[in-house]
Amino acid sequence: MDKILSVKNLSVSFDTYAGVVQAVRNVSFDLDKGETLAIVGESGSGKSVMSKSLMGLIPQPPGKIDGEYIQYKNENILSFSKGKLRKLRGSEISIVFQDPMTSLNPTMTVKNQIIEGILTHNRISKKKAVARAIELLGLVGIHEPEKRINQYPHQFSGGMQQRVVIAMALACDPEILIADEPTTALDVTVQAQVIDLFKKIQKERGTSIVFITHDLGVVANIADRVAVMYAGKIVEIGKVEEIFYNPSHPYTKGLLKAMPNLRDSNSRLMSIPGSPPNLMHPPAGDAFALRNKAPLKIDFLYHPPMFKVTDTHEAATWLLHEKVGQEVENEIEDILLTEEEEKESVDQKVLGNKLLEVTDLKQHFNAGQNNEVRAVDGVSFEIYEGETFGLVGESGCGKSTTGRNLVNLYEATGGEIYFKGERLAKKNKVELHKQIQMIFQDPYSSLNPRWTVADIIAEGMDIHGLYKSEKERRKKVEDLLETVGLNPEHATRYPHEFSGGQRQRIGIARALAVEPEFIVADEPISALDVSIQAQVINLLNKLQKEQGLTYLFIAHDLSMVKHISDRVGVMYQGRMVEIAPSDELYENPLHPYTQSLLGAIPVPDPNSEKTRKKFKDVTWEKTGVEGEMREVFPDHFVSCTEEELEMYRKKGAFELVDS
Amino acid sequence: MTRYILSRLGYMIFTFLLIASLTFFLMQTLPGSPFNDERLSEAQEKILNQRYGLDEPVAMQYFKYLGNVLVGELGVSFQFDGRSVTTIIGERIGVSAILGAQAMGLGLVLGGLLGIIAAVRHNTFMDYTAMIIAVLGLSIPNFVFAGLLQYWVGVRLQWLPVAFWQGFEYSILPTISLAAFVMATIARYMRSEMLDVLGQDYITTAHAKGVDRWKVIRKHGIRNAMIPIITIVGPLTVSLMTGTLVVEQIFSVPGLGEQFVNSILTNDYPVIMGVTLFFSLLFIAVIFVVDILYGIVDPRIRLSGGGRN
Amino acid sequence: MESLIQEFGFLEVDEISIPEQKLTDDLFEVERQLDKDVEVISQKPVSYLGDSWKRLKKNRGAIIGLVLIIIIIFLALAGPYMNSHEFDEQNLKISNLPPKVPALEHVPFLGLDGKDIEGQDTYAVKNVDGYYWFGTDNLGRDVWTRVWEGTRISLYIAFLAALLDLLIGVTYGSISAYYGGKIDNVMQRIIEVLIGVPNLIVIILLILVLQPGIVSITLAMVITGWVNMARIIRGQVLKLKGQEFVLASRTLGAGDTRLIWRHLIPNSIGPIIITTMFTIPTAIFTEAFLSFIGLGLQPPIASLGTIVNDGFELIQIYPHMLMFSSIIISLIMISFNLLGDGLRDAFDPKMRK
Repeated sequence: MDKILSVKNLSVSFDTYAGVVQAVRNVSFDLDKGETLAIVGESGSGKSVMSKSLMGLIPQPPGKIDGEYIQYKNENILSFSKGKLRKLRGSEISIVFQDPMTSLNPTMTVKNQIIEGILTHNRISKKKAVARAIELLGLVGIHEPEKRINQYPHQFSGGMQQRVVIAMALACDPEILIADEPTTALDVTVQAQVIDLFKKIQKERGTSIVFITHDLGVVANIADRVAVMYAGKIVEIGKVEEIFYNPSHPYTKGLLKAMPNLRDSNSRLMSIPGSPPNLMHPPAGDAFALRNKAPLKIDFLYHPPMFKVTDTHEAATWLLHEKVGQEVENEIEDILLTEEEEKESVDQKVLGNKLLEVTDLKQHFNAGQNNEVRAVDGVSFEIYEGETFGLVGESGCGKSTTGRNLVNLYEATGGEIYFKGERLAKKNKVELHKQIQMIFQDPYSSLNPRWTVADIIAEGMDIHGLYKSEKERRKKVEDLLETVGLNPEHATRYPHEFSGGQRQRIGIARALAVEPEFIVADEPISALDVSIQAQVINLLNKLQKEQGLTYLFIAHDLSMVKHISDRVGVMYQGRMVEIAPSDELYENPLHPYTQSLLGAIPVPDPNSEKTRKKFKDVTWEKTGVEGEMREVFPDHFVSCTEEELEMYRKKGAFELVDS
Repeated sequence: MTRYILSRLGYMIFTFLLIASLTFFLMQTLPGSPFNDERLSEAQEKILNQRYGLDEPVAMQYFKYLGNVLVGELGVSFQFDGRSVTTIIGERIGVSAILGAQAMGLGLVLGGLLGIIAAVRHNTFMDYTAMIIAVLGLSIPNFVFAGLLQYWVGVRLQWLPVAFWQGFEYSILPTISLAAFVMATIARYMRSEMLDVLGQDYITTAHAKGVDRWKVIRKHGIRNAMIPIITIVGPLTVSLMTGTLVVEQIFSVPGLGEQFVNSILTNDYPVIMGVTLFFSLLFIAVIFVVDILYGIVDPRIRLSGGGRN
Repeated sequence: MESLIQEFGFLEVDEISIPEQKLTDDLFEVERQLDKDVEVISQKPVSYLGDSWKRLKKNRGAIIGLVLIIIIIFLALAGPYMNSHEFDEQNLKISNLPPKVPALEHVPFLGLDGKDIEGQDTYAVKNVDGYYWFGTDNLGRDVWTRVWEGTRISLYIAFLAALLDLLIGVTYGSISAYYGGKIDNVMQRIIEVLIGVPNLIVIILLILVLQPGIVSITLAMVITGWVNMARIIRGQVLKLKGQEFVLASRTLGAGDTRLIWRHLIPNSIGPIIITTMFTIPTAIFTEAFLSFIGLGLQPPIASLGTIVNDGFELIQIYPHMLMFSSIIISLIMISFNLLGDGLRDAFDPKMRK
């Protein structure tokens, strides 16, 4: 294959208020013509900065770019003048950003934003440019482009906005398209459509795509080759199959094991301890060594060079050095295996009595005159003692509102919630707040920035008077910190001194402090990086086992929900459409919405992504006929009409179609 | 959009009625006001009786007064015997309007430029200089600044006339004195709005399209930064109005502000009331126009029909 | 291992190609003595306010402002007692003396040598002994004493008005936002009407009725002044109310009192202080403005505004009377604005511009 772009020893640093941050450190890679190179990494790994620096989009100062070269068509982009760079941007290399809402100018029509790029690089009339823009909008799948081109960005939905941004990037037929987390802000079904669009573009136009993402599922779906970034460096690069099936760097291995797999239900998640290093003071040697469960001594001294695994596969780890003998390899394997076995000892859960019952719950909000938002519109389900009930759905489906109703944050508009057979509304509030607790989504806003960790954790104990002396309070806080795996000495610290995953643990400790029986976890991991997500999930599992907790686990990430839940409920537009044991739901989804949702989840497994059967591309819309929840198979409920019920029972499910 | 305009219009009328009522009841309690003054001559009392019906109950007087206000009948001056307040305002407003418009124009242009330069050259010497100018402009009271200008440029250097209103050069010092505050306020807002806008993703997107840097700043940056600036034009108009009271007094400019201050000094209550109402109406109208303009300029509001907030 | 890490510290060694002989066999063993607790926080604990103070200290403008404010407040309290002159002690024999300061009188360009604008030593002409640091006014009163006395009155009015604004505004704003719904709706409509009222006009009307005095001027300013604070606090509380730590506290069973006093108000302190920092100079200006249009304090009480106004009458012959009071009023305004700006950056580093 021809190389279209070649990067050698690229470094980017930022001079910030607090010090110099080395965001990208000595990165080298090639991009072939017509391929999709995925760059994977956690937040702060430098992937986004690196991609922006390829087209000179890093503001200098505070940014500073060093390196040997970025070679494009026999020219070094690093030596380009500002004017020359400008000519390159948009016409040769263009970029699509994460959030379409903010990457479009809100006060400019879509038309003017698209033709701006065309007119900058081509000497054509405005009329021709508009015609080209309409054609582009059609290409990216926007209906009635002639009409919609005169609209403003806010008149498009999120997915449509991203299509507009892609049209803008394609305006001058660039050779390279950089996509910087282009699907992260989108719902999973929309994400699937946008990914398909990228694939189509590449197929039809032979554009080379640099696709930046943190989602290994998306990578498996779209990439030809993968580069894994950690702490500003590329630690491993290779073909997508090589990275997924034969990872060499401990970080890549850890990342893959930290991801739940939709098909494989019983594997436990392996978490990566700690959090990524501070790039203001990057550690010497292998930056991952401190989080590596079985590092080599040399990892702490020298940074490993890139070792070749195959002709197409390289990794920066000393494990590939010739001096690493069989003995050491065995030893490492032993360490990792014992770790895995510890986690393996989970016995099958036995469901207890009914703990919580929700019947026909309704929560309507008043949004201005004659405008009622029916966030939750008649939802019923039950939760049994000791189980984890997962609640999934896309943003705005009412899942979080339902969760908040259960902890009494909202007064329900209609319906009833029974906890241990008692009506929640009638229940003693003090008792209620002790028995039902909540874990929140945002690790940054869920802790009062003015309080010490001890005060945050002890708040529930303060309110309910759960200790007799100051000494007992301190002891309890320290025990709780220990329980969630934090250093008890940090009780006097303030929240901003902790990382996201640590803050989430503090939130869990706060909920545990009142010794609840039931915990509503409202998207507790969606703001965390993959390696940290596994830590929190494992902690929740451990606590459930030790303390017999019952969870309602709310999330939009279906693979995580499946991993942690015993039963799963699917919500859509304020209503429950399907409830089933998690394995049953994933193997035999009945409701068309569940099917489209499952079909859209990218699986971190390139082979299955390429061959897997897809459900018919259902664009299911809520019909006027409101179904009822009916038990199709034992424990498997679907919202349907009588006729549909018959059909489901007969066919098992809608036809499966090869994609 | 129509509903939005109507609701703003409703607020506008209500606010004006509130101020008119406040003025009426305050004047009722005031010794020496047209409603209870022992200094009045027989003839004046007769006219007032006819006009306001002073022998009628307060409620009737109130509605009569409101009726008069609504048709622009604001009473008769004490000081300039027999001349109606409306006429006085009519004679004086021209000068103040010219002065105000010049100051507003100068302040907007200079402040806008200063703010844009400061934002584009963020954290450089130019930025710091612009912000020091802005803090000074905001902090130094207009009467101090006007006094300084008059003393140094007028008295000591004798470059420009010290007082009165006989041509353009007479308006220069008062205009500068008034514009300083406007300029400083606009510069600060413009800078922070510009910094905000320049940090947005769509600016990076525009750069990624290969558009020229200044064109990006002009077409994407300044345009979006100016929308919120519109909202502070309302409050700035008030500061200009109150500014004219001081500046016209210092430079002996025969405008409405000077008239107002003199009326206060001579207890000419009908004029005070009239000018107060006039200023209020002007202010309310400006706020109304600004609100509507904001809705028109920002497509997110124009096309969704809501107000800001 | 510990020593090895220390030895190499944070050196960027990876750029250097490592000589083969350094890669000894023993380095390729598994490191087992690794400290398990990798997430140690090493810095000293910093509270939110402590952090803000650290940032404020780095802002030169804010520190200049703070120091100036402290000096001015000190002089406003102690200044009048620093010489033997009384603030309303009239003596027409020594009227209109230019400033004269011991020691500094020998520095020619400072103009503190007791000579008037014609260059005549008025002290010699009028046969006056002693020094009047800021000179005397047309009634022979010591300007130094009067200026600081006036500063004290002005600051008193400003602080009082700011305090009342704060009390009313915080209460109104937090009630409106905290209870929300219909209560908020009604309270917001009232605010919306009040915003449409030009406040200086209302102040002028009120002063006309109430007659100028320290209390009436303060009250007149407060009547419309609190609206700004109320809006800012409402916005802040609305924002906080939806934050998850407040929701968490509610799920733990916290009552209104706890939520308001332990969560909402402490987290609104930044905006409250900042708004107050900008209310104070506005109040000082308003008071001076009222004096200027003839609605200021009546003698014998004098504020900075009335002193500036008196100075204007003799600006062409005796500029010193205007000069000192103008400089001080400007300095007060500048210092509060600088400090306010600095505090805004310090409390909200994200907003740092």
